[in-house]
Amino acid sequence: MPTSDSSTITVSVWRGSAAGGKLQDFEVPQQPSQTILDVVTWIQRKLDTSLSYRFACRVGMCGSCAMMVNGIPRWTCRTHVNKVMQNRHITLEPLRNLPVIKDLACDMSEFFEKWKRAQGHFTGSASRNEKVADISPQSNKRQAANAAIECINCGVCYASCDVVAWNRDYLGPAALNRAWSLQNDVRDSAQQKRLQAVAGDAGCHLCHSQQGCATYCPNELNPTASIAGLKRMTASDFLRRKYRQRHA
Amino acid sequence: MLEIRLYLAQRISAAIMAPLVLMHLGLMIYAIQGGLDASEILGRTRGSLFWGVTYGLFVIAVSVHAAIGLRNILREWLQLRGLMLASLGWLCFGGLLFAGLRAVAAVVGTP
Amino acid sequence: MKAHRNQPLYLAFLLHRLSGLGLALFLPFHFYVLGLALEGGDVLNRFLHWSELPLVKFAEFGLVFLLAVHFFGGLRLLALENMPWSNRQKNYAAVAVAAAFFVAGGFLLRAF
Repeated sequence: MPTSDSSTITVSVWRGSAAGGKLQDFEVPQQPSQTILDVVTWIQRKLDTSLSYRFACRVGMCGSCAMMVNGIPRWTCRTHVNKVMQNRHITLEPLRNLPVIKDLACDMSEFFEKWKRAQGHFTGSASRNEKVADISPQSNKRQAANAAIECINCGVCYASCDVVAWNRDYLGPAALNRAWSLQNDVRDSAQQKRLQAVAGDAGCHLCHSQQGCATYCPNELNPTASIAGLKRMTASDFLRRKYRQRHA
Repeated sequence: MLEIRLYLAQRISAAIMAPLVLMHLGLMIYAIQGGLDASEILGRTRGSLFWGVTYGLFVIAVSVHAAIGLRNILREWLQLRGLMLASLGWLCFGGLLFAGLRAVAAVVGTP
Repeated sequence: MKAHRNQPLYLAFLLHRLSGLGLALFLPFHFYVLGLALEGGDVLNRFLHWSELPLVKFAEFGLVFLLAVHFFGGLRLLALENMPWSNRQKNYAAVAVAAAFFVAGGFLLRAF
């Protein structure tokens, strides 16, 4: 229940570990142009040095500071307090769908594991002895690859995805978005392997196009669109193989 | 590889049903005026190969489509897995198929 | 509703899932009623006379709405998954709901 006067805000911060935890309230003085990262840093320096949270660049480039702000996954360094506070109150929790290490810091391991499982890395086949690949930036494939390429693995889309919440095996929007970007990279030589990786039982077909990922991605990417592309690719690949099997 | 097969089965059954649903909606809006009467309905459907094939196809497609949709709900909202999930999925498919084809036979078959 | 779900395309998903669930639960009943024709037109007629009640007509209107909204929403999904991406997804979701009301409204007007 907020009891602060006009120059302070009440911040409910989740404190705890993997074993469990609860919200703890702090009163924080309001400052002009204050961001959520400013608030968390102020609490940790002035009120409770035992508070754990993550940040790095503090200018919206690295994605390290992602957490749930009033139930929505955001980068704290790019979220202004006066845009999100409700009745002079803010709730801060660790990113959804990921195990907690301590307080506002979550364990990103499964997020990166799924990235690998989706073959989210480039596999080249050329060496330094071949000519540089000649790819037009205007080609459809390159445009599709570029549209999805700016992902910095912050985990906001993963936290916003309800399919991940309902099925912890699901590869998730970020991993699949990367897979789509790479499938459109004509230099990559692991295309078939990646198609099989994303067409598994925890793959792209689980997506219900809720588009929470696209709504909250701070880089304005659209994993749902990428996943729709993967659905088309895997479906036509599957049907073509079935056709070839029958007529071999 | 199960999920991609279910995905394709659901999308393809949806595509098959698209014109059938339009037809069914149109039919309901046509038929409801003046109230529903068994002899009016059965007078048109009894002995009709066309209605038998059309609604038979509709029933097969909806059994596939609804069973897969229900399976998603059972898995995501009730957290069912493994044998429980598979058997309930098949039960939904079989139940709808049987009851649906029986209904088609009921209105198309000549007693 | 959880804050992150309070966006239009999640609601579109929810509407699609719940309308599908509603229709799936209705179908066995629907098939049972039609199956009454096996016992002769009179048995079916006795049941169909319940459909004269205004409450039943409203329920039928609801069912027609569920079918129509699931149908139009499904078309939106088939387009989303098989055609080049359009950024107008929220518009299409709204059009689907509007079209469903239009169709169901047509039914309701003719039912009375």
